[in-house]
Order: sequence, then C-alpha cells, then structure tokens
Amino acid sequence: MRAKLPLIVFVLLIALCPLFLGEFHLTLLNYIGLSAMVALGLVVLTGVGGLTSFGQAAFVGLGSYTTAYLTTAFDVSPWATLPLGLLLTGVVALGLGLITLRLSGHYLPMGTIAWGLALYYLFGNLDFLGGHTGLPGIPPMSLFGWRLSTSGQIHYLIWPLLLAAMAATQNLLNSREGRAIRALKGGSLMAESMGVNTGRSKIIVFVLAALLAGLSGWIYAHMQRFVNPTPFGLHIGIEYLFMAVVGGIGHVWGAVVGAGVITVLKQWLQDWLPKILGQSGNFEIIVFGIMMVMVLQHARSGIWPSLRRWWPLPPRHRGLDAVGQPLPQRPLPPPGSPLLSLRGVTKTFGGLVACKDIDLELRAGEILALIGPNGAGKSTLFNLISGVLPLTSGRVDFLGERIDLLEAREIAGRGLSRTFQHAHLLPSMSVLENVAIGAHLRGRKGVLAASLHLERREEGQLLGEARRQLERVGLGALADLDAGSLALGQQRIMEIARSLCAAPCLLLLDEPAAGLRHMEKQSLAELLKGLRTEGLGILLVEHDMDFVMNLADRILVMEFGEKIAEGLPEVIQNDPRVLEAYLGGVE
Amino acid sequence: MDLQIALLLSQDGIVNGAVYALLALALVLVFTVTRVIFIPQGEFVAYGALTMASLQAGKAPGTIWLLLAMGCLVTLVDLFFALRWGERRHILRSLLWNLFLPLGIVALVHFVPVAIMPMPMHILLTLAIVVPMGPMLYRLAFLPLAESSVLVLLVVAVAVHFVLVGLGLFLFGPEGSRTPAFTDAVFNLGLLYLTSQSLWVMICSLGLILALERFFHGNIYGKALRATAMNRTGARLLGIAPTSAGKLAFALASLIGAFSGVLVAPITTIYYDTGFLIGLKGFVGAIVGGMVNYPLAAAGAIIVGLLESFASFWASAFKEVIVFTLIIPVLLWRSLRSHHTEDQE
Repeated sequence: MRAKLPLIVFVLLIALCPLFLGEFHLTLLNYIGLSAMVALGLVVLTGVGGLTSFGQAAFVGLGSYTTAYLTTAFDVSPWATLPLGLLLTGVVALGLGLITLRLSGHYLPMGTIAWGLALYYLFGNLDFLGGHTGLPGIPPMSLFGWRLSTSGQIHYLIWPLLLAAMAATQNLLNSREGRAIRALKGGSLMAESMGVNTGRSKIIVFVLAALLAGLSGWIYAHMQRFVNPTPFGLHIGIEYLFMAVVGGIGHVWGAVVGAGVITVLKQWLQDWLPKILGQSGNFEIIVFGIMMVMVLQHARSGIWPSLRRWWPLPPRHRGLDAVGQPLPQRPLPPPGSPLLSLRGVTKTFGGLVACKDIDLELRAGEILALIGPNGAGKSTLFNLISGVLPLTSGRVDFLGERIDLLEAREIAGRGLSRTFQHAHLLPSMSVLENVAIGAHLRGRKGVLAASLHLERREEGQLLGEARRQLERVGLGALADLDAGSLALGQQRIMEIARSLCAAPCLLLLDEPAAGLRHMEKQSLAELLKGLRTEGLGILLVEHDMDFVMNLADRILVMEFGEKIAEGLPEVIQNDPRVLEAYLGGVE
Repeated sequence: MDLQIALLLSQDGIVNGAVYALLALALVLVFTVTRVIFIPQGEFVAYGALTMASLQAGKAPGTIWLLLAMGCLVTLVDLFFALRWGERRHILRSLLWNLFLPLGIVALVHFVPVAIMPMPMHILLTLAIVVPMGPMLYRLAFLPLAESSVLVLLVVAVAVHFVLVGLGLFLFGPEGSRTPAFTDAVFNLGLLYLTSQSLWVMICSLGLILALERFFHGNIYGKALRATAMNRTGARLLGIAPTSAGKLAFALASLIGAFSGVLVAPITTIYYDTGFLIGLKGFVGAIVGGMVNYPLAAAGAIIVGLLESFASFWASAFKEVIVFTLIIPVLLWRSLRSHHTEDQE
C-alpha cells in the first residue's frame, strides 16, 4: 500500500484536475500526455533497448495524417481510422526496422534523421494532404454519442490511455520478452547464446515505440482538428528524445516527467525569450540544447531517479517464484551416446591461425577438459562450437546434426548451453532475472500476453526454474541482488545456473573455477559430477590442474591452435609434449 | 530534356556535390577520430557564409561575440581544471587560443575598417572567426563525454546542433544572404555556360581533398590522427594525446565547414538554418561511404549532388524526399552485407 501511495495520489489528481484547472492548463496537460506517450516509446527503445530514433515525430505524423485524411475526405469515423493509422505506422516501422536494425549502433539513428526529414517533406508536398498549409476541418471524436471536443473531455481520453500504456509497458518489461529486450543493451551476444532472437526483440521495441507515437498522433489530429507538417518535423522528433533523456530515459515514469518539464519550459521560454532577446524566433532550442548537454555530462539518468529518492521503497519482491508445475525437461540422450563431434575445425583471423584442424568427440555423461597455455585457441574453439564465430573450414555435429552453419540461438535451441570466459551479465538486473534468461526458449508467451500479464503462470514457472537452478549452484540466497554486485567467481557460477536453466544436454564451461576459493571449487566439482551422472556432456576449459585432473574423464591439450595431445588424465600428465608446452623444454 | 539541360543539371549537381563531398570528408574525419557523428557540421557552413556576408557589408558579424563568449567559457573551464587538479602545463596555450585570439579578432574587426578590405582578407578573417569555434565546441560539449558510447555522443551532437541553429537565428536574424562571386568571368564552352564561381568551388574542393589526403599520409599529425581513429587506447600508449587529436579533428571540420560556406554563399542564398540540410546531404554521402572511407564518401556526396539536381528538374517538390530516401536502399545494401551480432555499448 505504502509503495502504491504516490501512484494513487497521482491518478486521483489527474482524474480530478478538470474540476479545478482552466482550459489553458488542461490543454497544456493534454499536450504533456500526448508527448509522454511518444517519449514512453523512446524510453523502451532507447533507455531499455539501447536503440535511438530521432524520427518519432514522423510516426506521430503518420498517425495524424491517416486519420485527418480519411475523416475529412471520406467521412470515416475516427474510431475506424485508429486501427488503419496504427497499421500504417506499424508497417512503415517494420520496414525501416528490418532495414536498419541489423546494422551496428549508429546507423539506426542516422537513418531515422534521414527518413524523418523525408516524411516531413512528403507531408508538405502531397496535394491530397494539403501541402504545407495542411488539412483543416477534422471532426472531433465522440464516445457513445458524447463529443470529445473540450480539453477537459479529451483529458479523459488521453490520460487513461497513457496510464494504460505505461502499465502495459511496465508489465512487458517484467516478463520473458521484456528480459530479452533489456538484454539488447550490452548483452546481445549472451542473449543470442541463450536462444534469444535479438533481431526480433529490436523490431518489437522499434514497432512498439512507433505505435505509441502513431496513437499519440491520432489523438492529436482530433484534438487540434487541423494538421500541417510543422509538428512532425525532425526538430520535434529530437525534442521527444530530449524529453525522455531529461525525464529519465531508463524509467517509464521518466517519460511523463520529461514531457512535463520540456512542455512547460517550452511554453514559458517561448513567452519570455523573444522579449529578453528582442527578436522573435524559436530561441527555446538554445536552452534545450544546453540543458541536454548538461544533463548528459552531469546527470545521465535524468530527473526521475532523483524524484524517486523522496519515497524510498522496500526492496522489490516478486511473489511469483516457483508457482505452478516445474517446466517440462528435455529428454537427455542415453549415457555413452555421441553428443558432439568436430572434424577438421579451422579458424583463421587474417593470417593468424587460431584453431587448426581440431578433431574432437564428446559423449553423453562425459566430462572432457580442454587445456592449454594462454592463447592456445581454447575460447575461440568454444565460440566456434556455440556458433558465436563462423568456421573457416571443417564441420561440427551435435546430436547427429550438422550445426556449424547455424546461428548461435539455433544451436542453443538444440540443447547446447554455454558460459563465457568473461562473465556476460546484465548488471542492473537481479540475479534471478539474469538466470531466467537461460530459460528463454522454454517459454512461449509473446508480447501481447506479457503486456496484459496473461502469462503469469508461465512466468512463475520460468522464475521458479531459475530459482531452482540458483539453489542448485549454491547462490539461492543472492537471487534478489543486482547481478552487478556479485563477486567475479559468483558471476561465473551464476552463468552456470543460467545455462542449466536452458535444460541443456551439453554444457560448455569456459574457466568456471577461476576466481573461486578452495571450498567453492570443491562444491563446483561435486555439482559437475552430479550433472555427469544425470547424463549431461560437459566440455570444460580450465587452468586449475588439480581441479581438471580430479574431474575430467578425458583431456584434450591445445597449443598454438593445434591439438597436441588427447587422452586420460594420467596419460596427459606424463605426455612429453604437454610437459614441454607447460613447463618449457628440457635442453 | 535535351543535352543542354542535362549538362546544366550535371554541372549544378557536381558543384553542389563537391561541397557535399567536403562536408562528407569532415564528417568521416570527426567520426573516425572522436566517434562523434557531427550533426552540427552544417552550422559551420551557415556561420561561414553569413560571417562573410556581414564582413562584406561592412558590419561586425555577430559570430565574433559568440567566439569571444565560447573562448571565455573554455578559459574558465580550463582554469577550473588547472586550479583543481593542477593541470597547469597547457594553461598558457589555452589562454592564447581561447582568450587572446578572440579578443584580438574582436579588436581587429572594430578598429580596422573591414568594408574596404580586399576579398581574400574577408575570407581569411571569416575563417579566423569561425574555425576556432570547432575545437572550443569539442572542449565544452564533447571532451567531458569522450569515453561515452557513440549513441550518447550523437545525442550531444544533436543538442549542439539545436544550440547553434538557435544562436544562428539570434546572431544573423531570419534573412538570408548571398555574397558576390570570387570572380565574375563566365566561360562559354559550346553548350555549356560555366561561371567562374562553379570553377572555384570545384577547384577548391578538389584541392582541399588532395591536401587532406597528403596531410593524412605524409605528415606526423595526420598519422597520429589516423592512429587515434584506429585505436584510441593504443594511440594513447604510444604518446598521442587523444584530446589534441580530437581538437585537431574538430578544427579541420570547422575549417572545412566555414570554407564550404564561403564557397557556396555566392551560388545559393544561405539562411541561418540552411547549413543543416547541406550538412545532412554531406552526411548521406558519408553514409554511402560507410562513414570510414574517404574516397567512397566523396563519391557518395557527388551522387547525392547529381541526384538532387536531376530530381529538382523532374520533381522539384519532392527533391528533399528523394535525396533523403536514398539512404534507405543504401542502408539496405549495407545490411545485406553484414552478418553478425555484436554487443553494443
């Protein structure tokens, strides 16, 4: 209750303000609501997903012009144009997303600047859209025969829609799809290795942000009753981004705060600056620009986090863990059956041969250790097997199927799961949520179900599985901490829990014991032995010889990208080439 | 369309394309050295052109006050760091560039009758006023964030663009300006009339491109810039200061921008916000070149110029739409050639 109090007060204020605010302030509040809707999309896109768009105003324009044209030219009901406008916005966003999102970081924002301008000029030059003078005479909306024409009436359309959109966004971010979206910023490689289709997640957030902009545009057209190209230009698109950044780009409420601050400030500056400077013009952009640079230099997380500090909340607890049935397990192949086979695997980087002609066999219920001096090509081999890097030549078979041409996520879907030499985790997410990313492919429910929280049963199962695996590796007590606060050794163990969440039949562990204390190493060894008994195959890179010799069934030794020995631990310990590689030759 | 019109349009396209090419080079240069996608590049074009116009009209251009204000800010910031962290080594140099130089320029414009100066002096003075703003901008807006992601730097660049456009309106007002051509000769080559200003544009931009090429390959500073572009940390370990490299890159960018402004001002009327579109067209050219390759970026910019010129003949209302939509097939082509997942910062 205490946690919800500010929200309740806010909603009550919003609900009651038409009773005590005048027309001018209500209109301002409506503009804030409409801008916040667009900024909300940018929060998800930029703050959470790490992608940026300067062209959101063009999407607002698509929504606006669709309804403006259809309602004025063909007398269509505004309610019928809403799905059409959203469809058009969504299709355009999908197309642009498919083109630009696969490219590295900065192409998307550069692309958005270009098509933001292109759409703006298009609106201004199409005769049926009224050119630069615009389209007047758009009918007001009506709801059950009740016309929404005054600001006070439209207020009751905008704000409930905005609050609903915020709740849906919040729900989405706390779900399986949401974790995939949150992994886009700094965790794409890991997410792909856990089976997440990051390209799809990017498209989802991009289209989502565009749809929120389109919705805002639809209301705008019927509130203003007139559209022209000006409010859909690139500069307005940039202002939307400023709103999100100033308010707090990582937070849903940052969109509302930012929209409020910038809209009110703009109003105020437009009144005062021309008087101070003695000229007329859009001088507020000078202030906005300077403000933006200051915010990015000195307070990157925006206003919202500092506001939140006034109302401290108890640590989050999700009452969802371990609800319902455990997830179905993947049937493991019988112990002793072939799991993984490498034939002549070779990888070159320019002239450097990182792996040369590696052959390897691994059976279910077996632990194979890969050892060798630093730079021998062990981690490269891991990346080749798990599909992170393409092979130069050779082939890899997993469960009797050729996998070296597949994407990392497709390989993960076939039951191969891995950890990384340098832990790849999302520091601001809880340990539990990080681990639950491993179970991504074991859930089915999509974005819509997540936004409406209709997937709570499955979500409970996924988080329950994550908690079970955390307890199994001995980190159960740390589940609710931020993953970034774990010690390095614990981060590696957390990665093991994450890969176990995928219910794999083959585990690739890259130096799991590094950074662990003696007792922790022993319990790790016990855990891995237990997994072996269950029938998992484990391929392990490790430098701790005691750990390897006591655990591994067989050992493969690499040096300078080549396999120099393979066999039982006792044999390897006495192999002259291995001794030479590790201890230097005897002259 | 007959041959004469086609030739005329091509000439127009190549002349504009030459300017876009210069700007594309500056964008690539700044991006590779500092990872900043320098959206405000075009504002230097407008500042250059409008400063030149003010000088020729015998007025003191507003930009001298902006230069002085920015210089004072940089001086304050540098002094603050010098006092707080004892970084005193460069303080004299900083004072010279950021305080005394702007003061000197303000004094020069006020005490020397600028109206009677010959045109080359106007050009030099324009460059002296506008070019130092580049490194100052880097010091104030970008250096404190030098280690941030490309995305953050891009948002800062966009914010700086806002500030400069707003200031441009304040300093020069909403009216546009056009300056007299460098020389008035017109050459008649059969079907083609060639104004000497077009020639100036092509010659100067080709000359600048070649000079840049020489600078990058035949000079230790150029090599240092290229090294910083390839690997900041590595360059630092070898004794190259990324800060100086950044300032140098921004100085070159503002030089190219301001000079382009001086070049095009006799051809088209320049308003306080014209630079943005010119800069963005250079930017489309740079994207065609993938933001790293100079010859490709220059070629891309020429294509943009030609496209624009022919588009203005066939569908003049949709000229901008066509130019900015060009980026989409280009991005598509680039996306079809890249196949990997990478972690973004």
